[in-house]
Amino acid sequence: MSGIPHDHYEPKSGFEKWLHVRLPIVGLLYGTIMIPTPKNLNWMWIWGIVLAFCLVMQIVTGIILAMHYTPHVDSAFASIEHIMRNVNGGHMLRYMHANGAALFFFAVYLHIFRGLYYGSYKAPREVTWIIGMLIYLAMMATAFMGYVLPWGQMSFWGATVITGLFGAIPFIGESIQAWLLGGPAVDNATLNRFFSLHYLLPFVLAALVALHIWAFHTTGNGNPTGVEVRRGSKEEAEKDTLPFWPYFVIKDLFALAVILAIFFAVIGFMPNYLGHPDNYIEANPLSTPAHIVPEWFFLPFYAILRAFTADVWAVQFVNWITFGIVDAKFFGVVAMFGSIAVMALVPWLDTSSVRSGRFRPMFKMWYALFVIDFIVLMWVGARDTEFPHDWISLIASTYWFAYFLIILPLLGVLEKPTTPPATIEDDFNAHYGHASDTSSK
Amino acid sequence: MSHAEDHSGTRRDFLYYATAGAGAVTAGAAVWPLVNQMNATADVRAMSSILVDVSDIVVGTQLTVKWRGKPVFIRRRTPEDIERARTTPLADLPDQMSRNVAKPEMDAADENRTLDEAGEWLVMMGVCTHLGCVPLGGNSGDFEGWFCPCHGSHYDISGRIRKGPAPENLPVPQNMFFDDNTIQLG
Amino acid sequence: MSIKKLVTTALTALTLSATGAVSAGGGHIDDTDFSFESPFGTYDQAQLRRGLQVYTEVCAACHGMQYVPLRTLGDEGGPHMSSEAVREFSTQFEAPDTGPDAELGDTRDAIPTDHFPMSADPNAPDLSLMAKARAGYHGPYGLGLSQLINGMGGPEYILSILAGYTGEEKEEAGVTYYENTTFPGGWISMPPPLYGEDVDYPDGHSNSLHHEAEDVSAFLMWAAEPKMMARKKAGFVGVLLLTLLSVLLYATNKRIWAPVKQRAKDEAANS
Repeated sequence: MSGIPHDHYEPKSGFEKWLHVRLPIVGLLYGTIMIPTPKNLNWMWIWGIVLAFCLVMQIVTGIILAMHYTPHVDSAFASIEHIMRNVNGGHMLRYMHANGAALFFFAVYLHIFRGLYYGSYKAPREVTWIIGMLIYLAMMATAFMGYVLPWGQMSFWGATVITGLFGAIPFIGESIQAWLLGGPAVDNATLNRFFSLHYLLPFVLAALVALHIWAFHTTGNGNPTGVEVRRGSKEEAEKDTLPFWPYFVIKDLFALAVILAIFFAVIGFMPNYLGHPDNYIEANPLSTPAHIVPEWFFLPFYAILRAFTADVWAVQFVNWITFGIVDAKFFGVVAMFGSIAVMALVPWLDTSSVRSGRFRPMFKMWYALFVIDFIVLMWVGARDTEFPHDWISLIASTYWFAYFLIILPLLGVLEKPTTPPATIEDDFNAHYGHASDTSSK
Repeated sequence: MSHAEDHSGTRRDFLYYATAGAGAVTAGAAVWPLVNQMNATADVRAMSSILVDVSDIVVGTQLTVKWRGKPVFIRRRTPEDIERARTTPLADLPDQMSRNVAKPEMDAADENRTLDEAGEWLVMMGVCTHLGCVPLGGNSGDFEGWFCPCHGSHYDISGRIRKGPAPENLPVPQNMFFDDNTIQLG
Repeated sequence: MSIKKLVTTALTALTLSATGAVSAGGGHIDDTDFSFESPFGTYDQAQLRRGLQVYTEVCAACHGMQYVPLRTLGDEGGPHMSSEAVREFSTQFEAPDTGPDAELGDTRDAIPTDHFPMSADPNAPDLSLMAKARAGYHGPYGLGLSQLINGMGGPEYILSILAGYTGEEKEEAGVTYYENTTFPGGWISMPPPLYGEDVDYPDGHSNSLHHEAEDVSAFLMWAAEPKMMARKKAGFVGVLLLTLLSVLLYATNKRIWAPVKQRAKDEAANS
């Protein structure tokens, strides 16, 4: 594992020796939990454990909710009320699951943005990054389908809008849409299959997470300096690392406890804040809500989807050059999925020889703009499409693509980075050697 | 904490034990609701006790209601039925126990099974104690009570097993008169 | 004024003033302190009973509450009526008769295990979840601050609708609309259900329009979220346990990292 020299597991008892020859699982678990971890990890490295906890929490609460939920259009909404009113502790379980999805995405965004800042995606960690992107896509699919299950107005109309996007695909779009829906519109067939897939995908996710961990255990964790752990000898490696247990397990658990305290405060005192009141109205195919809004974690991509209207010159150009095949609707769909694709390709788009943003002064400014851009996209995704929101979403969407396709590739060439420390040990010692050191963010 | 002079090793261990303990308590507090949610929900618990309107039951007939998922026989007996039930010698009964939750240790005399003292009202689970079929009423079987067609168990007019493979008398659940026209089950 | 007070006042002013719909008409919200609002707030049992009375005598003519079981009127933390009172109360409603002799469409008197009926008027929305299906506070400018500070404002919205009729009417396409300062667009098709003194409260409480509206809004919040008290208690316990755990884990973390950080300090000093 990880190519970092370290002590290997030695089976002690007779039983352990017997088992180790037949199935080295204890050795595997030992190696995983004791893996040498860079000692200079900062608090932006805790989100992985938060994400793992969220996955377990969502699966557990989800399986429990599924014991009481009925996936039929005539009973789904009522079964949710049954959970809220009749099931012992059902109201807490439901709110945990709904807000747990929010925590899941909050953590994943911080986790991804950590990666984007510290260059975690750069060689040799590209595969970890790609698997991470697949996990993110699976999360979005799971969350989307899960939101349909209560069969409220937003459930139904959100499903209608998003499945409608597939209809925008030229030539084959309508057939794909009908295949997805199981009919001409969102109805019982759709609800039932979304329930089945919503139950399935988290386990696919868990497998992807296992692969994700295997991948970054193979390369070793990144760290805030972007400088690799010394692998010359065990002694050297021990100067740069600490075993994951207990140092980072306890650190991560502390952070998790703080985050969960806040999470419980939200569930106990403002559980409907992140939701939409319209989802407490039963789905009505004959009445469209005034504003269809997805959950907050989808808003940036919803903004990108809506930004490219028929009057945007790029859309008109593409429409002309493809002889009308690519219309504004399809352009928006491509832009939406494309925005995630460019993020997935960042290991190859970022040309910098320096990994960590800490030592890239020009990059820091553009990255800060990118973070602001993400938040602006999130805000404008919930607004209407009138002026000035149309311009804001277009500019913000353009920056997103420019950041990955133009700025990052150019920065690697044009920027003059500062010098990273020679070793992780040096960075760690410098940080604790003086009360206030220059090793800032 | 009066441990100021304690060896630092003990103090370090105390912190670890305290943390592990707090973790265990939190985990336990989290696990209990996950288990309890599978217990009966409020609507099921509300159905654990029901009121049955018996004002329309003609003497000599039976009303069958579903309670806690199973059939319950509410039989309004004729004087002849009562007579027959009360004059049966106890020695003739394969099952000597009352099988009445309200009178658990008593014998199977008819007086120990009926709802009222006069013996007009008999309330029993309509589930054969052999393998769970629903016996037929209407004074059927060799003892003019209930007869289970599945394997031929004969119950008398007090719901007691007389002949056939069933081992026990039909059980009498918790029941009482809620008011003159209503029986409460459970 | 302290900085904190200044900021809170400014935020409150900004968020309260920005609640209204930008388009013509509607959006005015009566900001009310309900008894259940703060983290330690509770439902007021007497108020819930008064609100139930308003619902039963005024609203139930058109509006149903099909997701609310009648037996919950006996719940502690709610109206907490006695079981006889609940049984007696239930008989005034009808429930579908699914007995052995019943035919399709037959009804019988409701019993506590039944739910309140569906809306008698197909145009009258069901009220079971109305207090959660509407937000009284919005923005400002989509930032979500108003709801963060004031709460979602569902019961405030209901109260404001009931108290927001101006008395003006208009007719459009054969439908009569009533002017209302809260309903988005300013014109609502529901005729004013309350005028003040519509019901007589046995506890002698004021039955002015505003009080009746407040009581029925509080009742509808309970109807939508009967488990609110249990939820807040569980949240409180959770926060407490996790805060305790955080403190202990912080100390443990500090303890195990101390020698590592000390070594680093020493090595930095020596280098």
